Amino acid sequence: MAYLVSHPDEVKVISSRFGKGAADIDRYLELDGYKAVQMALQMGSEAVINEVKASNLRGRGGAGFPTGMKWSFVPKESAKPKYVLCNGDESEPGTCKDRLIFEHDPHAVIEGAMIAAIAVNAHKAYIYIRGEYRYLLEIMQKSIADVYARGFAGKNIFGSGYDLDVYWHGGAGAYEVGEESALMESLEGKRGVPRIRPPFPAVVGLWGGPTVINNAETLASVPHIIMMGGQKYADIGTPKNGGTRLFCLSGHLEKPGVYELPMGYNLKKMIYEVGGGISNGRKLKAVVPGGSSTPVLTADEIDIAMDFDSVAKAGSMLGSGGVVVIDDATCIVKFALRTMQFYRHESCGWCIPCREGTDWLNKTLTRFHAGGGLAKDIDNIRYLAENMLGRTFCPLGDAAAMPTIGFVKKFREEFEAHLEGKPCPFEKHGAISQLPVMSH
Amino acid sequence: MADAPKLVNITVNGKKTTAPAGTLLIEACKQIGIEVPSFCYYPGLSLQGACRMCLVEIEKMPKLQTACTTPVAEGMVVNTESEKVVQSRKAMLEIVLANHPLDCPVCDAGGECELQDMTYTYGAAESKFIDIKSHRDEQQWSPVVFFDRPRCILCYRCVRVCGEGMDVWALGVQNRGQGSVIAPNKQDHLECEECGMCIDICPVGALTSGSYRYKTRPWEMNHVGTVCTHCGDGCLTTVGVRRSDTGMEIVRCDNRDKSGINGDFLCVKGRYAFDFAANQERITQPLIKRDGKFVPATWTQAIELVADKFKQVVQKDGPQAIGVIGSNRTTNEENYLLQKFARLVLGTNNIDHHRTADFPAFAKAISENKARTASMRDVFEAPAVLLIGNDPTEQHPLLAWQIRNNVRLHRSKFYIVNSQAIKLRRQATQFVQIPTGAEARFVDFLSGNDAAAGTLTQAGASNENLSQLRDALKGEQNLVVIFGSELRGADISALVKFAAPQNAKFICLGDYANSRGAADMGLFPDLLPGYATFAGAARYQQEWGADVPALVGMDLKQMFGAARDGKLKALYVVGSNPVSRYALDPFVLQAPFVVVQDMFMTETAIAADVILPAAFAYEKSGTFTSTCGDLQMLRKAGDVVSVKSDFEIVVRIAEKMGYDVRKLVPFGKGLRADMGQSRGAQSGEADRHSVWLQARGLEPKVSPFDPLATLDEIQRLIPGYDVSQINLVSGNDEHTQLVQIQNASIPSHPELVVPSNDTLFTSGTLGRYSTVLNSVMERRATGKEVAAD
Ligand SMILES: Cc1cc2nc3c(=O)[nH]c(=O)nc-3n(C[C@H](O)[C@H](O)[C@H](O)COP(=O)(O)O)c2cc1C
Ligand code: SF4
Ligand code: SF4
Ligand code: SF4
Ligand code: FES
Repeated sequence: MAYLVSHPDEVKVISSRFGKGAADIDRYLELDGYKAVQMALQMGSEAVINEVKASNLRGRGGAGFPTGMKWSFVPKESAKPKYVLCNGDESEPGTCKDRLIFEHDPHAVIEGAMIAAIAVNAHKAYIYIRGEYRYLLEIMQKSIADVYARGFAGKNIFGSGYDLDVYWHGGAGAYEVGEESALMESLEGKRGVPRIRPPFPAVVGLWGGPTVINNAETLASVPHIIMMGGQKYADIGTPKNGGTRLFCLSGHLEKPGVYELPMGYNLKKMIYEVGGGISNGRKLKAVVPGGSSTPVLTADEIDIAMDFDSVAKAGSMLGSGGVVVIDDATCIVKFALRTMQFYRHESCGWCIPCREGTDWLNKTLTRFHAGGGLAKDIDNIRYLAENMLGRTFCPLGDAAAMPTIGFVKKFREEFEAHLEGKPCPFEKHGAISQLPVMSH
Repeated sequence: MADAPKLVNITVNGKKTTAPAGTLLIEACKQIGIEVPSFCYYPGLSLQGACRMCLVEIEKMPKLQTACTTPVAEGMVVNTESEKVVQSRKAMLEIVLANHPLDCPVCDAGGECELQDMTYTYGAAESKFIDIKSHRDEQQWSPVVFFDRPRCILCYRCVRVCGEGMDVWALGVQNRGQGSVIAPNKQDHLECEECGMCIDICPVGALTSGSYRYKTRPWEMNHVGTVCTHCGDGCLTTVGVRRSDTGMEIVRCDNRDKSGINGDFLCVKGRYAFDFAANQERITQPLIKRDGKFVPATWTQAIELVADKFKQVVQKDGPQAIGVIGSNRTTNEENYLLQKFARLVLGTNNIDHHRTADFPAFAKAISENKARTASMRDVFEAPAVLLIGNDPTEQHPLLAWQIRNNVRLHRSKFYIVNSQAIKLRRQATQFVQIPTGAEARFVDFLSGNDAAAGTLTQAGASNENLSQLRDALKGEQNLVVIFGSELRGADISALVKFAAPQNAKFICLGDYANSRGAADMGLFPDLLPGYATFAGAARYQQEWGADVPALVGMDLKQMFGAARDGKLKALYVVGSNPVSRYALDPFVLQAPFVVVQDMFMTETAIAADVILPAAFAYEKSGTFTSTCGDLQMLRKAGDVVSVKSDFEIVVRIAEKMGYDVRKLVPFGKGLRADMGQSRGAQSGEADRHSVWLQARGLEPKVSPFDPLATLDEIQRLIPGYDVSQINLVSGNDEHTQLVQIQNASIPSHPELVVPSNDTLFTSGTLGRYSTVLNSVMERRATGKEVAAD
């Protein structure tokens, strides 16, 4: 069980049941569980969508798409069955919030998925959980079994005449499968590679049926929105960025952890007050504000509101809420390399620029960091990343390219400090005498 | 028919154009001559968007878009050559080349590689990348298929053509990221149809074939387009030949130019089983049997001997004492010539061939019902197809491909009636399994005899299935009906009668490359070319300037009977192995003088007195008629030292026998008859005519060995063959219509039909001499289950 942190600035909505044993269905019911879904059944599809629209809830999976609007894209009539899909594949380095929800409040995800299903008139909901989260899958299996045992799922839920089945599905360990269309392929039992879009999932999704796919945190927010009303939820955040979100503070902080803060909370405050400042008395060098795919911010770029629009204005992305704090003893080249190792490993391999680009960036950065860098490598790294950006089949390529471009752009002098046999200034070892030989 | 989709207006590089809504942008660009480079896009296969080569700029879209997945929309403004696009393409090539081995100097694909071409056109000359490339050793997956991972650009064409096109699904993708690799679905080897489609479709040299790899450079070969020599489907193939000390060596066959009825399709036989031509056992010298042993002879000696003996027999024992057996693999011109030789030079109707389908009964059924035959192209386009009997996957691979892809791409309906659970059932709208040998009873049921249903249900089909199928068929307009040799004689008539009112078209399936041609050309003791009975001999006699013998001749079995009884004194077998095919007693051939024209020492050739080494299809010109009736031109790829075409051999024998060869081959006549108005030239403008001929690649027919002279005669005389010769000569298929035959009294002999029972990996007698086919079969015999099913 993960250790829970807290801070007075927190506004506990999604995390309101954390640490209260709400994985137990009786406890969940005591804490107002499964009331929202019954309200939603009363309200009907359109009213639910309007409430979620009013809440200004935006997707917590990374892209920040307005959830109510996403739901309204699902056609009313469909020859094929419609589906709701919960994306619990959480694999972005720096992001570790969905796991807390699955652990402490799994029923909120189920209930949120049920409300989404009612909103789009779907009768099947799938909860897809990252392969490595085996222990959470067990919690989810039990939760779903409990829900069926109470008659909350299946035929005629809550005596409403509405049929709704809820299923769980475990991944097989691929970051890419968090991408919505790859997730559908995976769920259908195929190789986890993304699909051509358009058509978008809202029209042609799982097994060809119209599909709503939302992040676990997004869905877990929904019951609260129904309970407190969309407007009230919206008021917690900033304009167009309703409510709270779970920020995952990690890196060189005194008090790392997952904190629930209102949208728009100041990043500097988040680091120095909520996170307790930089550990070991060091200085801040950089922040990755929204998970490993988002471009880095330098120490003097952090006085910003953490909502989707403000971070975008600052040249990065709010992403999936993973705030990675980097102190001044950290080598940015090594950080870039570590990031690229991840993307190289996780590229699904489907398209040329991502498959070859991440591999080649990884090779070059490895050699570079080891002291075998040539001056032209710096431009080559940027050139490669820039030619991946916006040209790959799915956004994973962008996710690998964006931070890389950011590192080179903002920390060029650190790259230059590694050139031609010079040792990494941040590491004790000397220069290497020969170029490393890649083996595969 | 659905309404034609509406046209939308788009602008590409400033050019305004229209295209039907839904057209992919890459295709719309192609229509107006704008090339958008692509690797993974392949017409007819599913879309991938994987190679990112086709990125173009579309107004109002911030990112570059893939032209291969974007359908055109009204008002779309596209730029395929903007600075951004050009830069992106160049970078994409740099990225794909980063890990490419660049072993072009020794790569099979060198010179005909899409990656090379693309780099040449759009790429950068230098590489920015200095790190070490990833390597993997090459692998052999089957006797035919080799894989070189480093060259692979992961366009997934191979995976798709094998799965979607072939319905074999032998290939897949393993691992992820940079480790992604094309791999057989059976771990380390293929259990598949060995068609080589994957190799052919590979844009680079990653997949190579066991028979071609590291053998030659593309520019060292002559590339000659001709017709496949194996089954009756008539695939066009481009034969790659180079000079060798025996004349020519065939190095490969493919149809990469996608010409003809088969597009890029070829099966394992068409693609690889040309190797029998170079088999060590091939006979390359005339052989004369002396004291029970074959001894080499010159052509002059051999032809003289044969001509003398034939003449003697005709003079001494009469024309009835000599028989001729023709071939399913020789050209129309050769077959036509051979029957003319039998009837005019020898004076006998004792001529027959190995019949693999009851084409006379088919001709009769078609003409009686004024029905039409279907071409191979129709099979790909028909709204519905009915298949009774046969297993096209094994025996008619192109037909199977056409049906499969019609179902896949046009959603046509497809009904199967078969005694076996054939692989094509996977595409079937309805599959009805009937007992073995019950095909005729099924036709009876179709024709309204409900009682027949009772005898059809033992194999799985229920009465309900049967009635459902019959009702469904009655509702299908423009159906194509295809049937195997299981149906013969009157059953064919009944079937044609059942479906003809729905505007159906028909295909009767025979084996071998020119079995239909052999039948159409009149290799029958009781039928003249075009299925004319002797009552209709007048037009032939008029043309030939000679009488057709009045007496109906002996069929193939009767000839062997007569040989046994000592009544047959000479037998002339051209490109056929009746001893093996009809399981006849070779011993009866001891007494008569037997001449065999063949490539190999077959069971029949062993019994010969003289063996004349013959050229095969790729070594001569002429035409083949596919089993569907599609007429196509063969082009000679080269000469092999000391063998002769059957055409030339027949003419030479006739000449030696003292016959005026001008009567046999209208070579002077063709030229003269063609002069003037009939070919569009004004009278007195002979020069223009020869210019006209030359411009079309036609030569004035001045040689008695020129089969085109005989093609002229065939086209004049045989109903349905009066198709455009220009089209033929340009390598196009022309469908011949049997309906032009009007003859209700065509005799049929169902008992003489002996199907070849070839599989995908056998091809009659010739196939036994193919190393590739043998190695594939050997591996199957020792290996496991067939992946194909
Ligand atoms: C490479 C890649 C990985 C992703 N991984 C996740 C993930 O683990 N969880 C998630 O919710 N969304 C992930 N996404 C985003 C999803 O594609 C999708 O936008 C999201 O599930 C939508 O839900 P939301 O609107 O609630 O945010 C990923 C996207 C990409 C391109
Ligand atoms: S960008 Fe391409 S290779 Fe990378 S994960 Fe997406 S589809 Fe796969
Ligand atoms: S059947 Fe075999 S040879 Fe043909 S495409 Fe598939 S893998 Fe290649
Ligand atoms: S082997 Fe050839 S056809 Fe297959 S994916 Fe690789 S490059 Fe494409
Ligand atoms: S051709 Fe369009 S992505 Fe490959």
